[in-house]
Amino acid sequence: MPVLARWIEAAGIPTVVVTMMPAVAEERRAPRIVGVEFPFGHAFGMPRDRVMQRRVLTLALEVLAGAAVSGTRVDLDVEWPVPLREAYRAWQPEEPSPIVRKMLEARRSAS
Amino acid sequence: MIVDSYRFLPRSFRPFYEGRGPFRGEEGPVWAPFARRLADSRIALLTSAGMYVRDAQPSFDVDRERSHPEWGDPTWRAIPASARPEELAVAHLHINDEDILADPEIALPMRALSELADTVTEHVSVMGYQDRSLREWRSVTAPAIVTHLREQGADGLVLAPA
Repeated sequence: MPVLARWIEAAGIPTVVVTMMPAVAEERRAPRIVGVEFPFGHAFGMPRDRVMQRRVLTLALEVLAGAAVSGTRVDLDVEWPVPLREAYRAWQPEEPSPIVRKMLEARRSAS
Repeated sequence: MIVDSYRFLPRSFRPFYEGRGPFRGEEGPVWAPFARRLADSRIALLTSAGMYVRDAQPSFDVDRERSHPEWGDPTWRAIPASARPEELAVAHLHINDEDILADPEIALPMRALSELADTVTEHVSVMGYQDRSLREWRSVTAPAIVTHLREQGADGLVLAPA
């Protein structure tokens, strides 16, 4: 995703990446980054929490329009309102993705 | 607050992301200045949640990904800003899509954006799991998205990975 942002930015369209992995977006040299400490699949927050979603989007628009230099990162100061263990389980698919399944099978056959 | 980028990531996945640096050829900064006032600008959204319009568009190809686990569908979909939540579907094998289906605004906040800014009429969706070369994303998908965004008169883009 950060590299997609770079290609679009290089074509002349300003971008901001809202991401739960801002350190990775920095490593990948995304031009503008908003970090959120939210589970995967939930970049803009909790379902039906309009206040939280609007807060994330507002910050993204401020960084999009206001950042002065490439590599700007601003993290959102909001804690995920679900206990970590529960949230960690909830974002993951019921079945492992094909690549994870393949990796698990490879590990099993190596042991 | 400094976000912990690995809080929700399984520990065994962390080495695939941490300390990897930029992609080859992508080391330098890129920058397109945001020249206008936000109030006079038109904004687009892009999600990588694999969202599509259920009755009008093909799903992202998860069957092929199941048979070729290193491959991910590199195509994209234009999502009408007028689409209702119940018209949207998700094809992404790496996340639980339950919450996105219940409220697509958590991945593609089209309604929230329309309350804050002028928006394009068609936002953008991709499926974020891609093969490592990113060849087709770079040569086909990204240029097509740029053309779409220009046609839509987008002055800026908010991207959100799933």
